[in-house]
Amino acid sequence: MEDDAPVIYGLEFQARALTAQTAETDAIRFLVGTQSLKFDNQIHIIDFDDENNIINKNVLLHQAGEIWHIGASPADKAVLTTCYNKTSDSRVVSCAAVWRMPSDWETGSHESPDDSAHNPQTLELLCHLDDSAHSNAACVLWEPMGDGKRVISLADNHALLWDLQESSTQATVSSTATLEGKGQLKFTSGKWSPHHNCSQLATANDTAIRGWDLRTMSQIYCIENAHGQLVRDLDFNPNRQYYLASCGDDCKVKFWDVRNVQEPVKSLEEHSHWVWSVRYNHSHDQLVLTASSDSRLILSNMVSISSEPFGHLVDDEELSEGEDNHQEDKSKEPLKDSVVSTYEEHEDSVYAAEWSSADPWLFASLSYDGRLVINRVPRALKYRILL
Amino acid sequence: MGAHGLCCGRLFMDGEAVGSEAVSEDSGPGRRHRVHGMLKLYYGLNEEGKAEEQPESLDPCDINGPHFDPELFLNKLRRECSLAELMDQETCMVKQIRSLDSDMQTLVYENYNKFISATDTIRKMKNDFKKMEDEMDCLSANMAAITEFSARISGTLQDQHAQITKLSGVHTLLRKLQFLFELPARLNKCLELQAYAQAVRSHRRARCVLQQYSHLPSFKGIQDDCHAIMDKLAQELRQKFRDGGSSAKDLSECVELLLQLDEPAEELCDKFLSHAQSRLESDLQGLEAEIRPYPSASAMKDASGHRLSSTAAAGSPTYNSPKTSTIPSPTSNTDILEFIDRGCNEFVSSLCLVITSYQELFINHAQKGELASKNIPQMANGKLNAFVDDLAARYFSLVERRIQEEKGVADNSLLVRALDRFHRRLQAVTKLLPGSAVPNQGTEIVIRAATERVKQYLSALQSFYMDSLTDVRQALATPRLSVASASVAGGGAHLGGPASGRDAPNSLPELLSSLSASILNQIKSVLASVHLFTAKDITFSNKPYFKGEFCSQGVRESLVVSFIKFVCQSSRQFCESAGDKGGSTPPALLLLLSRLCLDYETSTISYILTLTDEQFLVQHHSPVTPVTTLCAEAREAAQKLLNHYVKVQGLIISQMLRKSVETRDWVNTIEPRNVRAVMKRVVEDTTSIDVQVGLLYEEGVRKAHSSDSSKRTFSVYSSSRQQARYAASYTPSAPMDTNLLSNIHKLFSERIDIFSSVEFNKVSVMTGIIKISLKTFLECVRLRTFGRYGLQQIQVDCHYLQMYLWRFVSDENLVHFMLDEIVGSSAHRCLDPAPMEQSVIEVICERG
Repeated sequence: MEDDAPVIYGLEFQARALTAQTAETDAIRFLVGTQSLKFDNQIHIIDFDDENNIINKNVLLHQAGEIWHIGASPADKAVLTTCYNKTSDSRVVSCAAVWRMPSDWETGSHESPDDSAHNPQTLELLCHLDDSAHSNAACVLWEPMGDGKRVISLADNHALLWDLQESSTQATVSSTATLEGKGQLKFTSGKWSPHHNCSQLATANDTAIRGWDLRTMSQIYCIENAHGQLVRDLDFNPNRQYYLASCGDDCKVKFWDVRNVQEPVKSLEEHSHWVWSVRYNHSHDQLVLTASSDSRLILSNMVSISSEPFGHLVDDEELSEGEDNHQEDKSKEPLKDSVVSTYEEHEDSVYAAEWSSADPWLFASLSYDGRLVINRVPRALKYRILL
Repeated sequence: MGAHGLCCGRLFMDGEAVGSEAVSEDSGPGRRHRVHGMLKLYYGLNEEGKAEEQPESLDPCDINGPHFDPELFLNKLRRECSLAELMDQETCMVKQIRSLDSDMQTLVYENYNKFISATDTIRKMKNDFKKMEDEMDCLSANMAAITEFSARISGTLQDQHAQITKLSGVHTLLRKLQFLFELPARLNKCLELQAYAQAVRSHRRARCVLQQYSHLPSFKGIQDDCHAIMDKLAQELRQKFRDGGSSAKDLSECVELLLQLDEPAEELCDKFLSHAQSRLESDLQGLEAEIRPYPSASAMKDASGHRLSSTAAAGSPTYNSPKTSTIPSPTSNTDILEFIDRGCNEFVSSLCLVITSYQELFINHAQKGELASKNIPQMANGKLNAFVDDLAARYFSLVERRIQEEKGVADNSLLVRALDRFHRRLQAVTKLLPGSAVPNQGTEIVIRAATERVKQYLSALQSFYMDSLTDVRQALATPRLSVASASVAGGGAHLGGPASGRDAPNSLPELLSSLSASILNQIKSVLASVHLFTAKDITFSNKPYFKGEFCSQGVRESLVVSFIKFVCQSSRQFCESAGDKGGSTPPALLLLLSRLCLDYETSTISYILTLTDEQFLVQHHSPVTPVTTLCAEAREAAQKLLNHYVKVQGLIISQMLRKSVETRDWVNTIEPRNVRAVMKRVVEDTTSIDVQVGLLYEEGVRKAHSSDSSKRTFSVYSSSRQQARYAASYTPSAPMDTNLLSNIHKLFSERIDIFSSVEFNKVSVMTGIIKISLKTFLECVRLRTFGRYGLQQIQVDCHYLQMYLWRFVSDENLVHFMLDEIVGSSAHRCLDPAPMEQSVIEVICERG
């Protein structure tokens, strides 16, 4: 189908950081942070026009350094955080900061879209999320569905809870948690749980996944050896509070019930190399997106452990209209866990994939060579879930 | 001549073989007739021409014919003949007449003599008869006298005879009476002597009479006495019956007597059976006691514990006596054969005896007697069946318990023999009780025991397999260091030389073949053991179960097929469990098992199954697992194991590379002078893996590469390409070009699947491992930032890897490409990308 075809956008630089603009619920908009050691790094604001299948881009300069992680505020469209590497005096330092986009970036782009690359505007720094004791931020997490006042940064073996004040221009550490143990422990990634009144955090370090209670900043659960090797990413099921997905270097995606951490609820092994990112769809938690350094993006339909395990009844007429090949085996029997689709548009490792915050059927993925691909959930599956 | 002819003629005509003299005494007319005939014959012979030609016709002219008419004859002669002829005729006639006359004279003379002698005889007879008549008169007179006397005597004896008859009657009566009067005493005496049979016999004889005359007081007394005694006797018999100390024969005698004493048969049946039951129960208890562990048995077990375990471990069934039996948990101190023997000899034979005597007493006996009318046989039969069923059930439960204790699989023949005996002895019960369910239950027990045994063999095989794996694991663990060092010292040379330096034969192929052979041997020996169940001389082997289901379902499916499946299953488990725990299984074991499964797929499975089918002549009534399914399963397991091996080995090398990249400060590193030690280590490990895989797997096919695809080829290729790329990437005006070359390359090369299935050959395995390692290297490099010398170090390292790794992979371009990627990526991640001169790199790498 024509409008199911992927839309590809190429960046000039290598890139790892991708996020949807969380606070934006009308336009389909993604933010991409580039990695370049030699040039000024950029934040690309990718607008996707769903009806015309056209991408509009705006570029903001991020001169502080190459971007490793990017996060958009859930409350203020213009506010975002980045984790970046700064090189000075032949030293490489990882920092984190809160930024505000210039207010007129949008108008400028509309007037002369072609020139925008040549004369980009610069991000406005709101505050640094570093203090002298804690540096090397791996990622910054916004409070899900919060008012944009609280963020957590994961730096080395510390989790720091920041309160942003005065329009985010000031940040103070309100509490910290420290991962203790033998050797040099380091958080690789984390996720702030949207459940339990946003009082829980899950982090990954090496092969373990840990849960933290933010009220006491103490560990509440620990999944040792969650993966055979490094755990790369985590995501919470948006509808089932105890369910957590993780992925890692053992090529597996695992689904956990944190009440029973002995065994994963489910384990997928579809990728042929490390899995770098796993994302639940925000509305339909059976849809899970995984990105891997085998250059593939895989969309899985995990019905059995979703909040709608029995799915919706399928109308036969609707099915007969769409001749999509995904229907045939699923029209009669109850839905099974399956790979919906494998996307092979990338030619380098895919390090990030995100669902759009505006359109639940649309997602973007970013590979190292700077290729951003926007895809949709196959229409047949969409109708099956909706109808 | 004439006399002779006469003689012959007589012989022929009369058939009498007697001479003429003997004939002469015959009566006259017959004789005369005969002489006349003879004469006729005589003349006939003389006048041959005429007489012979003329049959005895009515011709009146025939002179010898009966109708001869002289007138006619004369007229005829006179008419027909001439004178001369007439003359001749006349002469002839005269001659004949004369001869006849002389004959007649002779005859007359002879007859006269005879007549004279006859007259004499008659005269003599007349005198004799007269004398005889006188004697007869005398005899009749005497007889009359005797008759008279006899009548007189019998008349006199008449009275006395009547008297004697009467007397003898009285005598009999008296004797009877005496018997009756003596009866109580006699019975008492019998009682004293315990001659119960005689007592009962006596009483039976008297009973009717006593009954009849019971109205007479004296008889009444006797009867009462007798009753009392007989009651006592019955009492005593019952007592004896109850006591049960007597033999079965005594017992049956008792029962017989009691039956004769009109005891109710049903009650007797019950009593008999209950008594038999108590005795049989004691047998059963004896058996049960054998099952229970003796207090001393445990001590003995402890004492010989280590010996038992050692023999069990060695797997050599040194079966000397029950006490040193190789049963791992000897809860009883007799072996099963002894136990069954005892059960058969004591319980089953007593049971048979009971059945026989019972049938004799209550069924066969009753059928003849008056008891048959009361449906006694049916009642008795029913009781007997219930009784036998009950006891047999208990016996069976005991036997089953005992069989269940038979856990050791060392010596199957013992169990089979025991079961055979068990089954054989139950046939006796079948013969005695045709409708009984007991033999069927027995067969079921045998079947259960057999299936149980098959299960035990399966678990024994499984544990044997796991044990062998543990052994292999240990064998792999101990000499591994020496293997590694040896192979490293050999510098990638084949492991022929270093192998001889090791003390134990632990090389992989040897381990594989010994493992495979020992498993096969174990399977064979188990099959041989199980085969005993279907041996010809075993009674139950011709039961349909053992002919069909046991072979196909029991042996083939649940033993052989299950074992093969178990092997595959456990192999797969190695892949799954080890994945998360970080390689608890040594990689060499994975490799070995993979080869084992592959060997199974190619030959061993079909061999084992053919062997089984041949040994057991399996007739596949029910669907069985086909060889292809098992082979597919084995192949799948082999594939999985090999993939896992690749993964594990790849991870080990990846881990080294990752650590080396992550722990270094690449920005502030010094100018490279050497290849980093970790790269050497990678090459060494890869080499030893190559050797290891080469021991078990074939070389495999490489993509054709130039004959001298040495490092020189690479150098040219790589240097030119790298230079070109760096030149492109360092021009600030064209940031877009950074990825161009790489992207173009990707457009034309196939996507590389890192963790993908490998083929069953060395090259494919090595390619897989190297792919995983280099991809890890690449991803790690992309996460770091490099200074100038950092990049140069990576260049050196990659060149070194290129020099050594290309030879292991199927397509050297793959290594080229991935190393290019690494160098390219690190160049991108470099703050000050100033690549090292290719010649310098080469020098450093040559130096090692």
